Amino acid sequence: MNFANIRREDASRAVIVHAILLTYTLVALYPIFLVVINAFKTRKGIFKDPMGLPNADTFSLEGFTKVLAKSNFELFFYNSFTVTIVTIVIVLLLAAMAAWALSEYKFPGNTVLALYLAIGIMVPIRLGSVSILNLVVDMGLVNTLTALVLVYVAQGLPLAIFILTEFMHQIPKDLKEAARCDGVGEFKIFFAIILPLIRPAVATVAVFTMIPIWNDLWFPLILAPGDGKQTITLGVQQFIGQYVTDWNAVLASLSLAIIPILILYLIFSRQLIRGLTSGAVK
Amino acid sequence: MADLKLDQIRKSYGAVDVLHGIDLDVKDGEFVVFVGPSGCGKSTLLRIIAGLEDITGGDLMIDGELVNTKSPRDRGIAMVFQSYALYPHMTVYKNMAFGLKLDKQDKAAIDARVREAARILQLDQLLDRRPSELSGGQRQRVAIGRAIVRQPKVFLFDEPLSNLDAALRVQTRIEIAKLHQDLKSTIIYVTHDQVEAMTLADKIVVMNGGNVEQVGSPMQLYHHPETRFVAGFIGSPAMNFTSVTIDGVEQGKVTVSVPGGVKSVLPFDVPASEIGSQVELGIRPEHLSLGDQGELTVNGEVDVVEKLGDSTYLYLKLANGDRVTVRAPGHSRVKIGETVTASAPAGAAHLFNGQGKAFTKVDCPAEFSAED
Repeated sequence: MNFANIRREDASRAVIVHAILLTYTLVALYPIFLVVINAFKTRKGIFKDPMGLPNADTFSLEGFTKVLAKSNFELFFYNSFTVTIVTIVIVLLLAAMAAWALSEYKFPGNTVLALYLAIGIMVPIRLGSVSILNLVVDMGLVNTLTALVLVYVAQGLPLAIFILTEFMHQIPKDLKEAARCDGVGEFKIFFAIILPLIRPAVATVAVFTMIPIWNDLWFPLILAPGDGKQTITLGVQQFIGQYVTDWNAVLASLSLAIIPILILYLIFSRQLIRGLTSGAVK
Repeated sequence: MADLKLDQIRKSYGAVDVLHGIDLDVKDGEFVVFVGPSGCGKSTLLRIIAGLEDITGGDLMIDGELVNTKSPRDRGIAMVFQSYALYPHMTVYKNMAFGLKLDKQDKAAIDARVREAARILQLDQLLDRRPSELSGGQRQRVAIGRAIVRQPKVFLFDEPLSNLDAALRVQTRIEIAKLHQDLKSTIIYVTHDQVEAMTLADKIVVMNGGNVEQVGSPMQLYHHPETRFVAGFIGSPAMNFTSVTIDGVEQGKVTVSVPGGVKSVLPFDVPASEIGSQVELGIRPEHLSLGDQGELTVNGEVDVVEKLGDSTYLYLKLANGDRVTVRAPGHSRVKIGETVTASAPAGAAHLFNGQGKAFTKVDCPAEFSAED
């Protein structure tokens, strides 16, 4: 086999791989595309030609005006945002500290504890919905954002701890020992050296934690369905009726709901790309 | 600056003993090198001194103070790692200042110390760079600088030159030697490279299998190795060894028959009980020369010739199959396949018994002695 053949094989393999990936991207993005284009159409336009782009006849912003004028959209938005951000901060802080303890310190029960925390990845938290609801009622937290934050923290922690532990294992041992010889305390090592170095992992975890929370309908529905505490996914439901669904409003609010999560994703994904450990050790 | 005392230091990992009771005294301002093959426990010992490993048994004193249970930060040490272990997200300046800032020291004082260290190590121009923008040698200097600014009682170096290329290694070695002269600090340095050990050390500690084989100045180890292990480890190329039989013993003299050569009389104190036993004879390649002018001669066929310019190494195969390296002058014209005779003065020989312990040499000539 000569080099030209190898190159040709590589090229054809690249074409196949990219074809598969592009197809998948289209499949994944098309529903979102449909949501966005239909948000800009009249009701008639949506039903007559659901796949078509808005044109001069069908273009309309009535969905957006309805959402912004007739509903508490800003409030839903604010609730979703608060719950998501607070949860991310708590999950990242607790998970990073737990991961550091599990990866760095040897103590009796270390492995058992790690396994116990990992079980949460395998067992869906929704299985416990009834007991969670009971617990929340007992604690008097029904219809509060606190209830949502607590549940989401519990939901996000296992995977976060798992991912961060793996990343912490990769930080060179010499670096921590150098810091210890340098007279740096354990907390300072964690916050000033370890955390900056696992920023890409933290960003990954942030994305993984954030998206299911933002999109969740289940827990807002059972824990905080009351007025003033609805999140955006729940708020949208008011346009979906048993007999009539206001598709313009639903699609418009869904389109709007994509924006903040997109911004957050862009912020975090910038961190994903960076490899920060270069130059630490040879 | 401080002295260091190790008293019966032992270390085990579970049932595995890696250090079997190490005794060592390091004087204030001394440059001590731990040297030995991989797995001999030299790095473990250094990490124990640093406080990165727990001590299983024994006492460790730094500056007259028992530090067995103290954390690294309270021992007054600074360590330079083989992998540099710089903080990758900090500039050179911050890397050096990081430890000091935590001690809540005055900002101006920290700045002065960092700049002074940077000046000594010629890092002035690089203070704003990150480790990823530096070459290997520069990174190593930053790592040394981070140690200097702490003004520790003891500097610990863990194979600091192993990651550098050959030329840079020589250069950095000289810089470390100069640094020791300037700072007059106590330094403990671990390496597996005996050239680094010979050139840098005031005192070399040769370790093997978790034990100290011998402690002494470079010249003592070179001329008076106490064991066959030390004799083989110190010196490059390594000392030649061959089995000889003891034929006769007199006061301060021993007659041995050398394979492929004649009987030789060597100046050693050997007990009469050793007559007839097999012992090991050692001669350094640089003490052998072509021709039979010395008392100790070997004959062999040249196997390999290595020309280094200033000298030529000839690898001879003796009649009994042993190999002997001879350092010949650079202009030597000896070819592969030739049979040559090489000889050394009797005073250059070393003799080791069956357990690898050296017999005492008597009337050692000045050129083969560590005494000045």
